[in-house]
Parts: sequence; C-alpha cells; structure tokens
Amino acid sequence: MAVQSPENKLWWNEPIGRAEMAWITIAFLWGLIMFGAMIYWHIEGEQNLSNEAYRIKPEVFAAKAEDMVAKYTVRDEGDTGIPVVHPPPGSDVYLISRLWEWWPILELEKDQSYRLHLSSMDWQHGFSLQPTNINIQVHPNYDLVLTMTPNETGEFGIVCNEFCGVGHHTMLGKIYVVDK
Amino acid sequence: MAEEAQGAPAGGRPVRVPVMQRLLDNPFLLLFLGVVVPTVFYLIWGIVEVANIPIAQ
Amino acid sequence: MAVETAEGVGALVEEKYRTCPETGLRVYAQAETLIKANAVVAIVFLAVGGFFGLLVALTRWPAVHILPAEWFYLVLTAHGAAVLLFWIIFFEIAILYFASAVLLNCRLATPRFAWLAFALMVLGALVATVAVLQGESSVMFTSYVPMKAAPHFYLGLILFAVGALIGCFVFFGTLVIAKEEATYEGSIPLVTFGALTAAIIAIFTIASGAIILIPTFLWSIGYISEIDSLTYKLVWWGMGHSSQQINVSAHVAVWYLIAALVLGAKPLSEKVSRTAFLLYILFLQLACAHHMLAEPGISAEWKVFNTSYAMYLAVLGSMIHGMSIPGAIESAQRRHGFNRGMFEWLRKAPWGNPAFAGMFLSLIMFGFLGGISGVVLGTEQINLLMHNTLYVPGHFHATVVAGTTLAFMAVTYLVVPLIFRKEIIWKGLAKWQPYLFGIGVAGTSLFMMGAGTLGVSRRHWDMGFTDAPVSFDYPGTAYLMMGLNGVFAVLATIGGLLYVLIVVGSVFFGKPRTAEAIAASPTIPAGAAKVAASYGSEEHPKLPGTLVLVTIFFVSFVLYYFINWKFLSEVWPLS
Repeated sequence: MAVQSPENKLWWNEPIGRAEMAWITIAFLWGLIMFGAMIYWHIEGEQNLSNEAYRIKPEVFAAKAEDMVAKYTVRDEGDTGIPVVHPPPGSDVYLISRLWEWWPILELEKDQSYRLHLSSMDWQHGFSLQPTNINIQVHPNYDLVLTMTPNETGEFGIVCNEFCGVGHHTMLGKIYVVDK
Repeated sequence: MAEEAQGAPAGGRPVRVPVMQRLLDNPFLLLFLGVVVPTVFYLIWGIVEVANIPIAQ
Repeated sequence: MAVETAEGVGALVEEKYRTCPETGLRVYAQAETLIKANAVVAIVFLAVGGFFGLLVALTRWPAVHILPAEWFYLVLTAHGAAVLLFWIIFFEIAILYFASAVLLNCRLATPRFAWLAFALMVLGALVATVAVLQGESSVMFTSYVPMKAAPHFYLGLILFAVGALIGCFVFFGTLVIAKEEATYEGSIPLVTFGALTAAIIAIFTIASGAIILIPTFLWSIGYISEIDSLTYKLVWWGMGHSSQQINVSAHVAVWYLIAALVLGAKPLSEKVSRTAFLLYILFLQLACAHHMLAEPGISAEWKVFNTSYAMYLAVLGSMIHGMSIPGAIESAQRRHGFNRGMFEWLRKAPWGNPAFAGMFLSLIMFGFLGGISGVVLGTEQINLLMHNTLYVPGHFHATVVAGTTLAFMAVTYLVVPLIFRKEIIWKGLAKWQPYLFGIGVAGTSLFMMGAGTLGVSRRHWDMGFTDAPVSFDYPGTAYLMMGLNGVFAVLATIGGLLYVLIVVGSVFFGKPRTAEAIAASPTIPAGAAKVAASYGSEEHPKLPGTLVLVTIFFVSFVLYYFINWKFLSEVWPLS
C-alpha cells in the first residue's frame, strides 16, 4: 500500500509499464503543444494583451483624460452629465476608473485602432468589456496602454469586475462603436 | 554518479542508490529546490519586471 | 491543551503509544491528540464558512438576492477566509501529523511546538474572523491594496501563518526523528511523500505571505506610507495561489491513501508517482502567475513561462496521478477478481463506502472540471476572456471544493474510526453524503463557469446594475445560470451540513470501536489488508478501463482547449 515504505529498496530501478509510458509521453507532448500555442498566438494571433505600461500619478493621468474630453466631447449621455467623447482614430484615448465610475463614455469607430490608456484614481478596478468579454485589471499609479480595434458596432458595457467597495455594483461605463 | 547507499540490504552487500532516488529521499534538498525555483522564476523575476516599468513622460 | 510528558528534542524519550488494531501502526498519544484537535477546529471553520458560502450563493441568485450589499461583501470575505484558509489548512496540518508520525510509526517531533502552532493558528483565525465580522475589513480574501482593512485583520492572518509554518517544521522534524530512530526502512511511504510535497509548498506559501502581509500590516497602522499595488498582487499570489497548490498535493496524497486503505491499491510505479510529486515541488507554484496575466507592464516571457508551470510540467504531474490512481484502483480490483469486461472493476467498486465514493468523485471532478478549466483559464491570452469573471470561482470551486474538500471529507470516514476510534453514526445517510455534496459542488462550479463565460463578474452584488447611471444587461441565460448555481449551492450545503453532523455526532456520540465492532465492520477490508502485506509497485497489469478513462479525459481536454481559442479569436483585436 501507499501507506508503507516500498519493499523494493531500489524502486527507482523498476521499469515503467508501457501504457503508463505512453500516457506520460502524450501528456508531455500535449504540454509542449499548449506552451507553443501561447507563443504562436503572440506571432499570429490578434488578441494579445500589450505589456506597454508606465508609472503615472493619478492627477497626471486625470489631466490627460480631461484634456481629451475637452477636445473631443460630442454630447452628454442622456441626463447623466457624463460626456461622450469621439476621439480621432489612432489617437490616445484615456479612460479613468474611480469610485464608482468609468469616465468618460467613449464613441469609437468600427475597424479603427485606438491607443487605450487605463488607470485608476484610487483602488484597483476591473475593466470588463461586455458582451464582447475582454477583461483587464486596472491599477492606480500604472498606465496600461493597449491598442484596441473594435470590430463590431453597437453599445458595449464596461463592468467593473474587481471589488472596489460598497458601490462596486454601480460602477458601469459604456463604449459606443459606430460606423465611420 | 551514484555512491554507496547508507542502507545496505540484509546480506550486507552494498548497493548503489540511483541519484534520482537519493534526491527523492532527501526532504531537505527537495525543500530547498521547492522554495528556490518559484522564488527565482516567479517572485524575483516578477519583481524585476514590475521594477522595470518606466515612468510616464 | 495538556502536554503530558516533558521531553527533550532529539533525545530518545519513551512516550505513550498504542498499536492500531486495524493497521498495526504505532500511534503516539501526542500525535493522535494533535490530529484530533486540528481536525475538529477545521470542521468548525468548514461549518461556519460553508454557511457564509450559502449566503453568498443565495445573494447571487437574482430571484433571491438575500443580503444587502454591505453584508454581501462582508460575508464573501468571511467565506473566503474561513474555508479557503482556515478549514483547509487546519485539516492539512492534521494530515501532515498523520502522514509523518502515524505512517512512519514515529513520535511527533516537539509536541509543545505543535501545540504552540495550534494555539497561534486558532488565535489568528479568530482575530481575522472577528475583524471581518466587525465590518471594517470587507476587503475580500485577497485584500488588494490600496483598499485597507483593519490592522488586526492582517495581524490575524500573520499569526495564523506563523502557526502553520511551525506546524510544517514539526512535520520536517518528525521526518528527521523517524529516520534517526529508524522507525521505517528505506524510503518514506508514498502518502508521506505527497504530504512532504504539500509541506514544501506550504513553506514557500507562508514565506510569501509573510513577505507581503507584514509590510501591509505596518502600512495599515501607519508605519509605511504606501504599498505598490502591483508588487502586492505579485507577492500576495505567491501565497494565495500556492496555498491552493498545498491542497492539490495534500488531496492527491489523500487519494493514494484512501485507494490503499479501502482497496489495497498499490501505486503502478513508485518511481512515476514520486516523480509526479517532484514535478509539483519544482513547478506547481509558478502558476501563481495565473493571477497576473491581466496586469499591466509584465512581459509576455514571464507570463508564458510561469503560467505554464515551465512548459506544463506540473500539469504533466497531475495527468500522471490522474492515470496512476485509477490505474492502481483498477489493478487492485482486478486482483480481487473483478475481471469481467472493461469496467466491472469500476461498477463493483465500493460505491456505498463514503470514503471511496468521495475519493473517486473528487478525482473525477478535480480532473474534468477543475483541471481542464484551470489550464484553459491559465492560458495567457485566453485569460482575457475570463479574468475576474465568475469563471474563476467556478474553476476553483471545482479544484478546492469538489477536489480538496471532498477528498478531505472522504478521508474523515477513515479518520473517525481509526484515530477517534468511534463508529460512524447514521451510516445510511453517510453513504449519500459524498454524492449530495459532490453533485452540489459540481453544479455550482459548472454554472459559475457558464455565467463567467457569458461575462458575469465575480464579487459583484447586483448583476442587474439597477443603481448604475447607465445600463447594461447580461443575457437571460446568465440569470438562469446564477439561479441554478443557487439551487446546487443549496444541495451542496445539505451535503456539507450532513457531513458536519455525521462527523461531530460520531466523534462525540458514536459508539467506541471495540474489538467486536472492528471484526464486524473493519475499516480496512480483509482483502485490502491481505494485498497490503507485501508492498511495492504493481507489476504492469493490463488496465483497459483506465486507458478508456484517460482517453475520454484527454479528448475533452483538447476539444475544450481549442474551443476557447476559437472564442478568443472572435473578440476585438488587441495588441
């Protein structure tokens, strides 16, 4: 039994059964395939999280976002007072997360790329773009920069999916994607 | 590679214990490896990654 | 807390022991009492934490939504701490003492320190639980900075961790004593080797916890001005994820233990099984990186290497155990004469013995639900689809609850007669307990994973966002899944409650295991004991049933893996 010391003191020298050896080989090769798949996706795949990031003070990030909002606001969202911003394709887009909102609301063009900046003003938040289902952690003091290319039009929700206090469930933002 | 075993079988004839078995029979060597590997690859390498994030312009 | 005899470290001291009438093992009084104490406290925390878990599931059931938001987050924090940390680690310390002192026929090293460990763990667990219940520490189990808990929340966790660390050292000390006093010959038993794997991982886990929680405690009382949120997360997961790897190692050891005691199963190959544990020791802990895949600024090289446990070598370890344990069972059963066809060995397995049933369900659910989902979730790019969604708790309920907790429940049905020396009460109900709990947990895991695949956030009070300034609706299917999650959570709660009642009832009110009782219903069936008389690796039996099982597993794994790449290829391009 596995609860006693092996009777054969030199158990390392025992041969391995054929079926077991076959399974070990298959499992090992499968591991290599899965390892290779991640590398392959970095070369050929279109969905890779950028590792471009900078340390940034919250007030510096906020100033950049406010600057963008001042330049490119097209309307307010209903009577919420939240600006809807339509930045030019290819530009730097700043999305502030703070207790408990995503600010501002973005209007992007389909099949255009944007350099999206994510940072938090206070605690950690979770950028969860729905229903397309892209989920990225947002930290205070760090600016994560990713190039994002919306490939469908419509209204998308940004859920906060990192717990951020009692108002967490009210933290909901929006991205509109429109045709050019 | 393999050296004389500490525990000879009943007949007193010395046997060679394979290196891998001696590793697996040595809890403190395993402890050392089990702490060093994740400390180097996960913790230290990870902290270097975080420390190397540049400051925004 | 009675420390009966004074004793010197390293000296040969006569201590009280008994010889187990069922296994012939020598059981020292000190070790036995410590195993009992740790197991009892573990079960208390399971009961408390399980109750909190029910409240969480009922709140996330949209039609029930039982708790207000503040309470939901408080209870969720308490649920995580009570079951993920306290239940499991108390039980693991009991397993470490069992696998060292009892299986090696040895006295426990420094029982005084073992009691100190116990006292610190109890104190720490109570302090942290009180801190959470006071309401100022609803920071979730992960307590990500810069969100701040009350200082005694961190202090409680630190005390608990120090206690657990001392427990690990007692385990290592016992290994040393057993070797010096030659209480066993040759190599330690495989189960002890699995426990050693758990103890090694525990030491890395606790060290990481200390590195991060001590400064965080100092920060909470104002001695340190800032803790970097990214570094905190990196080091915290060195504890948070590794502690789940302790569980994996411990419950795999428990699978081998139960297969051995109930069926007399021998490992197919000592060499292969121990090498698989070695792969755990070396690489399992790298998977802490699973929690860092969606973080800013960390290179793809680091992510790919660590998240894959260095080219999936720890997954290889798990897949080896996943074959060698059912293989050992098949081989033992065939030796007992269940030779007809592919699956007679499995059909005629002791499904009415809750120790075996719990163990086998744990094995299957850990592999199919927890293992496959864990690898998929931990694939660097696929993680983007699932990070912080309910897929994550779905996955780890399959590993930690259906896997570890169910395995620990199963082994309790052996611990009660062998260590507490009491009859199990309500034997009829006990037969059903693993199924109720197992099916309940499998359901919650699956439905949480389903809701997570649809994007539903974890740790979230209101999936309808009724108070938000703008609106967003998850699909109706997601609501259905959260309702079903609630239903299965109720089922799991019934199974869990039954377990607590049966164990507590047996320990306090069960009939003692007299010689007649042992003869009438042996914990270790006669067939198993006979086989166990000579011990070593199985000699390459034919295992057609096991080969079919692992083939089904492998095909499911490959299909599900590639389906998720397909899902990923459809989302917005990112770079």
